[in-house]
Amino acid sequence: MGLTGLEIFKQLPKKNCKECGQPTCLAFAMQLAAGKASLDACPYVSDAAREALDSASAPPVALVKIGAGEKAFEIGNETVMFRHDKRFEHPTGIAIQVNDNMSADEVKAKVDKINKLVFDRVGQVHEVNMVAVANDSGDAAKFADTVKLVQDNTAYPLLLISGDAAAMEKALDVAGANKPVVYAADAGNYEAMTALAKKYEAPLVVKGSDLNSLAETVEKVVALGYKNLILDSGARELSKVIADQTQIRRQALKLFRPLGYPTIAFANNDDPIMESLYASTYVAKYAGIVVVNSAEPEHILPVITLRLNIYTDPQKPIAVESKVYEILNPGPDSPVLVTTNFSLSYFCIAGDTEAARVPAYIIPVDTDGISVLTAWAAGKFSPESIADTLKKLGIMEKVNHNKIIIPGGVAVLSGQTAELTGCQVLVGPRESAGINSFFKQQWNQ
Amino acid sequence: MAVTIAKERWTSKVAEEAYGPQGLKVGGETTLPFLHFEGEIPNRAVTALEVFDTEPKDYPDILKEPFADVINDPVAWAKKVVEYGADMVALRLMSAHPDWNNASAQDVAKTAKAVADAIDVPLIVIGCGVEEKDGEILPVVAEALEGKKALIGCVTANNYKSITAAANGYGHYVIASSPLDINLCKQLNILINEMGLPLDRIAFDPLVGALGYGIEYAYSIMERARMGALTGDKTLATPIVAFIGQEAWKAKEAKDADVPEWGPQADRAILWEATTATTFAIAGANIFIMRHPESVKRFNAFVDEAMKSNAY
Repeated sequence: MGLTGLEIFKQLPKKNCKECGQPTCLAFAMQLAAGKASLDACPYVSDAAREALDSASAPPVALVKIGAGEKAFEIGNETVMFRHDKRFEHPTGIAIQVNDNMSADEVKAKVDKINKLVFDRVGQVHEVNMVAVANDSGDAAKFADTVKLVQDNTAYPLLLISGDAAAMEKALDVAGANKPVVYAADAGNYEAMTALAKKYEAPLVVKGSDLNSLAETVEKVVALGYKNLILDSGARELSKVIADQTQIRRQALKLFRPLGYPTIAFANNDDPIMESLYASTYVAKYAGIVVVNSAEPEHILPVITLRLNIYTDPQKPIAVESKVYEILNPGPDSPVLVTTNFSLSYFCIAGDTEAARVPAYIIPVDTDGISVLTAWAAGKFSPESIADTLKKLGIMEKVNHNKIIIPGGVAVLSGQTAELTGCQVLVGPRESAGINSFFKQQWNQ
Repeated sequence: MAVTIAKERWTSKVAEEAYGPQGLKVGGETTLPFLHFEGEIPNRAVTALEVFDTEPKDYPDILKEPFADVINDPVAWAKKVVEYGADMVALRLMSAHPDWNNASAQDVAKTAKAVADAIDVPLIVIGCGVEEKDGEILPVVAEALEGKKALIGCVTANNYKSITAAANGYGHYVIASSPLDINLCKQLNILINEMGLPLDRIAFDPLVGALGYGIEYAYSIMERARMGALTGDKTLATPIVAFIGQEAWKAKEAKDADVPEWGPQADRAILWEATTATTFAIAGANIFIMRHPESVKRFNAFVDEAMKSNAY
């Protein structure tokens, strides 16, 4: 990443041997720059050149894998500051914290709550990702006991928080095989912490007191041969966290290597509402992991929902499934609203129909998730696709009338749709906000 | 290795506007939200709480409760929201809606004047949402509010002419509303501006969605608009208005009292509105029209923290 074909070409042996499958070394270099070939295809590249090219082609933000087993997840590999430029690749991991001053019963109860923070949204399951265990007691044995208790009761990866390398060693004896995140190596303890993380190949958080000390400690850890890292600038105040997260992402994209790793941010706050607001902000502002105390669904659901929204691919509209959606328990005399399966179209109509307190069926036609007017222009929202969908879903057998309502923007479809479906086609409002008036004026008569 | 702080060199800024006889300042920032280390953010985000001119029909109990004794009296309701700490009052003229009371322009203008006279904060006046009707009533409201330097909306591509002319004549500001498309935002600002209303008398509303209901679309439009403003596009440099309350309180997660797996409604509903607001604050919105006083309080606590210096 970042190197041009010519810059790569300078490092190649220039033998033009064709053994890589390309006609010349320059052609091979261009393929490498485009990410379409691997350096491994060149049998003659020198070790020095390989190292230079490998580090130069590393992504701006390293990819870090956390945990083991089915709940393992990845963070990093980000390439932009703004989601409209490309997309954010790996959703922020949400970690909920317990500590070793809590009794075993308290820990178990909280971990049970964390395990239940699973939410279903438009057919997709969304959940938190980690349990953080803090060594608040300062006691190594207690820490290890709590870590074991948590590990025995959850499938989520752990985040082990202790500045004491001896306590961390005991905890890793218990949990190291599952690749927990080790928090943290700082200027004082980095040698011992790096050795421990290395032994278990566990991701290691490097913590600074500011960006400079962070970059310095990262370089020392890298010099010890460990690059499986996550960054903590040490900032805890909201405005400083926003600034540091922004800086770290900017530095990474400029290929300033010491800050080219994903980050962790702590939203922990005694006031769970402020904590939730901070956590949401860090989800949007570049954190790879965000840590909170509250395990209550009312505080976590907003954060999980914002993560889902911010990390959707802006270039790829999210689609809802094409099926019969029932709003407010509709019956045989309820209206049938036809739209596209662009999620925003569906959500607007569902929300406004619900607000109008009119039980109704919503039928999203599968248009590959594109919106009403775009789908109409592309021929995907057509009399044929509407007729097929009505038939496939058998919706008209559920109602005792023969009327369907189509969006006002595609009024021109009404004639042919009526012909193909045999239904009476009512033209609805252009904007979903007009649904309430529409029902009042044209349905409830 | 020392880190050389990366600062963007922005060349322009968001328009600064001053509402009401009090001159409440909004906008004027020369960098992206809360990046104090590379630019000036002279004015903090402002909040408005909504007041209906007739009893709202779709307020859940939790939203009625703070206004229980004033919900049928817009003047008393407006005074109450000022007590609750709103920077502005957003009066919504729903009684003019053909499906509500179909009130006349004169009737709603009288209410607007009474509310404006009763409060010592700037007023936002929002029509009933039916474009044609708003095109009739808002010019009359603008006349009645002469001298109040109110923010009047929503002006759309279909009704901007009559409202813009009146807002211009009587010294007000307008809210330009266009659906979720940065080019439409720009276009409407230009159309309004071509009628002679200066750009710094416009604030734009990209028709936001709530948390969980398309919030990311307006989030990205705001980020793009702010970058446009900071790199010199004057037609995108007007302050941004976000109708937080109207959208957040449509969400099931805010409205439904009894969904055990989502936890108790109190914190959840407040967080739904407050998170929608803070998310747009970090994307670049300036004026937050909200509904629950507790969400406003939480939002302001967030902004207090976010406005602290983070200079390196």
